Amino acid sequence: MIKTFEQFEVKCRECSDKLAAKFNGSNGMRAVVLCGGTGCLSSNSAEIREKIESLIVEKGLTDKVTVNMVGCFGYCSQGPFVKIYPEDTLYRLVTLDDVDEIVEKDLMNGEVVERLLFVDENGNKVKTQDDLNFYKKQMRIALHGCGSIDPENIEEALGAGGFQGLARALKMERADVIKEMLDSGLRGRGGAGFPTGRKWQFAFAQPDGDKYVVCNGDEGDPGAFMDRSILEGNPLAVIEGMMIAGYAIGAQTGCFYVRAEYPTAIKRLRIAIKQAEELGLLGDNILGTGFNFRVQIRLGAGAFVCGEETALLNSIEGKRGMPRPRPPFPAVKGLWDSPTIVNNVETLATVPYILREGAAKFASVGTEKSTGTKVFALGGKVNNVGLVEVPMGTTLRELIYDIGGGIQGGKKFKAIQTGGPSGGCLTEADLDAEIDFDNLVARGSMMGSGGAIVMDEDNCMVDVAKFYMEFICDESCGKCSPCRIGTKRMLEILERITEGKGTMKDLADLEHLAQDIKAGALCALGQTAANPVLSTMKSFRDEYLAHVIDKKCPSGVCKNLMQYVINPDLCKKCSLCARNCPVEAITGEVKVTPFEIDQTKCIKCGMCASACKFKAIEKK
Amino acid sequence: MIRLSETSVAKIEEICDRYIGEKTPLMMILSAIQEEYGYIPLEVQEIVSAKTGISVAEIYGVVTFYSFFSLKPKGKYVIGCCLGTACYVKGAGQVIDKFSEVLKIKPGETTEDGLFTIDALRCIGACGIAPAVSINGKVYPKVQIKDIPGIVGELVAEAAAAEGGIA
Repeated sequence: MIKTFEQFEVKCRECSDKLAAKFNGSNGMRAVVLCGGTGCLSSNSAEIREKIESLIVEKGLTDKVTVNMVGCFGYCSQGPFVKIYPEDTLYRLVTLDDVDEIVEKDLMNGEVVERLLFVDENGNKVKTQDDLNFYKKQMRIALHGCGSIDPENIEEALGAGGFQGLARALKMERADVIKEMLDSGLRGRGGAGFPTGRKWQFAFAQPDGDKYVVCNGDEGDPGAFMDRSILEGNPLAVIEGMMIAGYAIGAQTGCFYVRAEYPTAIKRLRIAIKQAEELGLLGDNILGTGFNFRVQIRLGAGAFVCGEETALLNSIEGKRGMPRPRPPFPAVKGLWDSPTIVNNVETLATVPYILREGAAKFASVGTEKSTGTKVFALGGKVNNVGLVEVPMGTTLRELIYDIGGGIQGGKKFKAIQTGGPSGGCLTEADLDAEIDFDNLVARGSMMGSGGAIVMDEDNCMVDVAKFYMEFICDESCGKCSPCRIGTKRMLEILERITEGKGTMKDLADLEHLAQDIKAGALCALGQTAANPVLSTMKSFRDEYLAHVIDKKCPSGVCKNLMQYVINPDLCKKCSLCARNCPVEAITGEVKVTPFEIDQTKCIKCGMCASACKFKAIEKK
Repeated sequence: MIRLSETSVAKIEEICDRYIGEKTPLMMILSAIQEEYGYIPLEVQEIVSAKTGISVAEIYGVVTFYSFFSLKPKGKYVIGCCLGTACYVKGAGQVIDKFSEVLKIKPGETTEDGLFTIDALRCIGACGIAPAVSINGKVYPKVQIKDIPGIVGELVAEAAAAEGGIA
């Protein structure tokens, strides 16, 4: 049990020496770490670990090599990763079949398994993580520890600076902690970008009594997974952030609200809480300061609207997750009617850095009004899919091309959607815009929680708008009619347009409804619901017009507006398409007649087009 | 109305008791029951109501609000097709259509033999490996249309083997 600052310092020094020895090999051991994020786990990283461990036993290496899982490396499209210290060798796309070679060649004989190294666009092999282009422009503050420390071992978290921020905060006056947060300029990472220090200040100003810190881990934006990765990769940092908030506002209880869809995150969070309690870092009289703090976990049950803070509070209270009218704001009347601050996971994960390193250092990163870094879940049609953390002010071009490695298959970039169902699509013209909260809003989108989905020429923007509207319509809680009824009507119009039944009046109606929902909805879910439609109508009006006037889907996505046709001049009469067709819609005679698709049978699945080696099948 | 066995009633009461010290434990109780039984029918809600003093109407309201809670039993295999944006732009729409076609049920429905349920999931956060499908918690990365009949076939075989094992 750690009861004083002195004991804490001793423990931290011991842990950081141990961690440094693990990385530099001064303990005479080699260390194998594997990515234990959800993406890599689903590509068998746990099985790979087991196999490495059993081979280590078999080959008698147990006193020479350690093995453990770490959090997400971020570079998901290249996972699973196996990293070996102290050489810092990074193997990627590792499968179970590669394990024997890694153990025999590298762990036994110290030779690098060349074929498992990353190969850059010039064909050069890259041995270490730091040399990968994907990481060069990144800066890890919120993702600190993710991909390097063992999230199930509190000693590694403490060795990597864990709880130093809290220790410093506990030596400060509460008001000074809040001032530090205000000076840092940190804005909420969950979406709207409200200054975190101001939120804390409101709750601090409330009379003493029961107060709560709630961590919003109900990451609902489809396409964003930074909160999950942080909770999986360094849960202690989020607990620490929550405790600093608790100390500052005068709360003794913290509550995590985490999506039930994230079992690994929940498990690791539970382990971190238990280990912190056992060390005396959670509980009563923390570090002998008289500060008491306890945390509990509540699980979501699959409702997107619970990401809205007042709906989230209702959900914790065992009610339907419907938003409450504000004011009163949660800082005044929140959980169980007590003053409550609700902060997003990434926000809380950033707090320890600010207290550890100081507000000035944090504020020196980023832009004037958006300080620090932001984590993006870069997904969709880019080459390097994954989680990236960049300083605010980085351009979209750097994000998509330098870090993301450009568009898959050399196709043409069309749009990047940020802010999820509340955001909008940014286009070619926005590529050199610096990313910060205000810039994205000025350009018709928003930061949101950090989902960044890249789309290429094959994506139909009307279909994308329809996708988001379907999502919102489904997830609308039904409390207020502008959202409940309005989104449904908008969806119906979009369905008509994608089926080729749209009219010019429909386009006008969409805009009209969008404005009304924005003005009339109770919470942010409804108020922002029309954004994807408005932004695509603005930037891709020609696509809407093509659907409405020409009855064509230029990208060939909307099934009613396209068909697959075999070009007889290019057809080599090989029958491969016909053999791949699931509904036997393609007929022809091998080597005699070009093949043909019977449009009445065709289900437009596209199997034939992807099977054809001669690009003879076109979408029209 | 179905009569629940005494052991079932006891089990549900035990779950309620587990959270007795918590403030507003309803969501926790329902999550635990959903996990234990796979669904939360009205009879069970009545027991929870009697134990907690929360009205059945309110419990029913909560059960039907959240997509994780189900009034009806789900299949042995719940095929959760992620329809998050990252998966969607990589063809998740075709993936769920294919499961529907192979199993001859719509999303949200269960096959007559009680083996499969198809669920359309909101983002499961596996965007790096899109399109992703989660079957009973196991995540299948980068699912292709042509793999789907095989995935279903394997599960049918697995279920048959398990059945044979019991008999």
